[in-house]
Amino acid sequence: MIRQLFNFKGGVHPPQHKHSSTAQPIRPATLAKQLVLPLHQHIGESAVPIVEVGDHVLKGQKIARAEGYVSASVHASSSGTVVAIEERPIPHPSGLNAQCIVIDTDAEDRWIEHGAPVTPYTEMPASQLRNLIRTSGIVGLGGAGFPSYIKLNPAGCQIDTLILNGVECEPYISCDDMLMRERPEQIIAGAKIMRHALQAKQVLIAIEDNKPEAYAALVDVCAGEDFEVVQVPTLYPQGSEKQLIKVLTDKEVPSNGLPVQIGIVVHNVGTAAAIHNAIDLGKPLTSRIVTITGDGVAEPCNLEVPFGTPMQHLLDQCGGLRNDVDRIIMGGPMMGFAMHSTAIPVVKTTNCILAATKDNVTPPSDVMPCIRCGACADVCPVELLPQQLQWFARAKEFDRAQEYNLFDCIECGCCSYVCPSNIPLVHFYRYAKTEIWSQEREKEKADQARQRHEFRQSRIEREAAEKAARLAKKKAAAQAGGGDKQAAIQAAMARAKAKKHAQGSGPKNTDNLTESQQQQVNKADEMRAKAQQIAESRRAQAQAAMTDKPGNTAKSDSDNQAAKDEKE
Amino acid sequence: MLTAVLALTALAIVFGLLLGFAAVRFKVEGDPLVDQIDAILPQTQCGQCSYPGCRPYAEAIANDGAEINRCPPGGETTIIALADLLGREPIPLDEEVGEEKPKTVAIIREDTCIGCTLCIQACPVDAILGAAKQMHSVIESECTGCELCLEPCPVDCIDMVPVTEDIFHWKWPYPDETAAEAKP
Repeated sequence: MIRQLFNFKGGVHPPQHKHSSTAQPIRPATLAKQLVLPLHQHIGESAVPIVEVGDHVLKGQKIARAEGYVSASVHASSSGTVVAIEERPIPHPSGLNAQCIVIDTDAEDRWIEHGAPVTPYTEMPASQLRNLIRTSGIVGLGGAGFPSYIKLNPAGCQIDTLILNGVECEPYISCDDMLMRERPEQIIAGAKIMRHALQAKQVLIAIEDNKPEAYAALVDVCAGEDFEVVQVPTLYPQGSEKQLIKVLTDKEVPSNGLPVQIGIVVHNVGTAAAIHNAIDLGKPLTSRIVTITGDGVAEPCNLEVPFGTPMQHLLDQCGGLRNDVDRIIMGGPMMGFAMHSTAIPVVKTTNCILAATKDNVTPPSDVMPCIRCGACADVCPVELLPQQLQWFARAKEFDRAQEYNLFDCIECGCCSYVCPSNIPLVHFYRYAKTEIWSQEREKEKADQARQRHEFRQSRIEREAAEKAARLAKKKAAAQAGGGDKQAAIQAAMARAKAKKHAQGSGPKNTDNLTESQQQQVNKADEMRAKAQQIAESRRAQAQAAMTDKPGNTAKSDSDNQAAKDEKE
Repeated sequence: MLTAVLALTALAIVFGLLLGFAAVRFKVEGDPLVDQIDAILPQTQCGQCSYPGCRPYAEAIANDGAEINRCPPGGETTIIALADLLGREPIPLDEEVGEEKPKTVAIIREDTCIGCTLCIQACPVDAILGAAKQMHSVIESECTGCELCLEPCPVDCIDMVPVTEDIFHWKWPYPDETAAEAKP
């Protein structure tokens, strides 16, 4: 029975250029002296290093653990010594550095102890399988690098179809093609594991009709299995998840939704092979097949490359670069991005290294104004209005761009490809997307700052109010209690006097005084009287001053209090 | 004639009561426009606009007709957003108030800090930690880069350091259309 296929709107037919790299079988790449393993090779949180500089590691040893839900572990891709954990250039459109673990290889390439698990996968619960896949560092090898274990979680949905994506629609790339030709049994073994984890009813393997050898190989291996290998007509960007689902099942994934919501899960064929290696053989993900191609290299081919190998090392194995190389692109010519140096390492998402000459990639003329021809809207596979989006992005009207569903854009590059004016449309969308994300982050930060500022304002006000209240209370107490205090002193003095009187305490030992002694006593009495007089007059003066300026002492009091408060 | 007068009077009374009721029932507390403007401003509280904070500036824009181009930290994005909200024309940033600079955070040189607490008192978002005669330190994630702590520091131990770009915060640059891009 031939399966009925459907169409998605749009799409283009760029020249394929695939044959140049499929002439030779897959070769293992030679081992580089130094491997640079970025901690961020996937979508999500960076992995966290669990080795230290100086540690000796074996091939397949976990050197960084997954952190958070959306994350993947990183494993040493050969044996050697960790010489640094530092910022190094990684494959990213920005050309910026990020944390990497650098390993000097010892040429032994010795594996860590590994082997098939005791219990076969069919007896493992799905959650244990997912956990194994997570700790094996497996991410989508099609190019996006989304952690695979998350896509193997049906999350309460009934999975109807598991689709293995062997479409590989982008020009030049042939790594999946070669994998399907040479190792179809690995793909099927992986597909069985995935099917078990998802409990999917049917499994489809989709291959474009420009890869007849791969199709034949898979059909051969699938004999006797209930997997269906489907040949789909070549059309870019059919390899995109949502487009492939439309072609095979005529179902559409909702905007902002996931295929799992409509009971479909799509995995790359390379991921299936990696899962087979991890579950059946106990080998974590340490290498992948990379297409090295383009007119810039002498011998285009597919290599099995340990992660962390510098791109230059691979280009050298393909006969080196020609002089007229314009740029080195990671990925294909439609969706890839230029590398800033050839020292950048191969990571889990590196499906292709394209050494492009000017003839390969640069359009013949410069950018011209938009003539509103509408060709971009005709080819857009997501049925957006690329031209409108471009105007909004250009004018920085990001909210309008979002109204026109900017975030449904898959950045496939069809619009830029057909644009007769060579407008870098996709660049405008990428610019707008990152700008919107950054604005959202800034908004969040501003809200936080506002909250902190408002809290500070209210705290300062509250403190000022509390201080004022405290001072008022003190002042009131001082004014009200001022008289009391004086009265209390007077009363105490009077009491003391009365007591003295009662005791009849007069001068003692005054009998039998000599002349001189009497004189001394008299003198002392005189001085005492004088002192009393002075004290009395001073007291009177003070009293007068107090009644003159009643605020004076109070103020100095409060000043003192204020100073005291300040110190506190 | 009398019917008409009576009818109109009755209508006037009914609508008057209705309006009066609506005015009480649907009274808007505060000023929503100020809130909306304040939500757009970057909340650095730096006072470069010559108002003592973001909210006073928002109030000035809403009530006193202040220009929308006086916020250097917000820059072009904020001006466009304000213009959009208020139905005004976007205008370039007022040169008088400063220029749009890359984002920075304050870093205290800790061996120079004498622990005077002046910067702590100046910080509008409480992003500086420390106590008298103890070394102070900036909570970088909370710092808005307003530079208000620079001036009071008696030993000039605060540096404004540009925020380093990483792959998680990197933005695609505005397309340069003078050079043609790659195309297969």
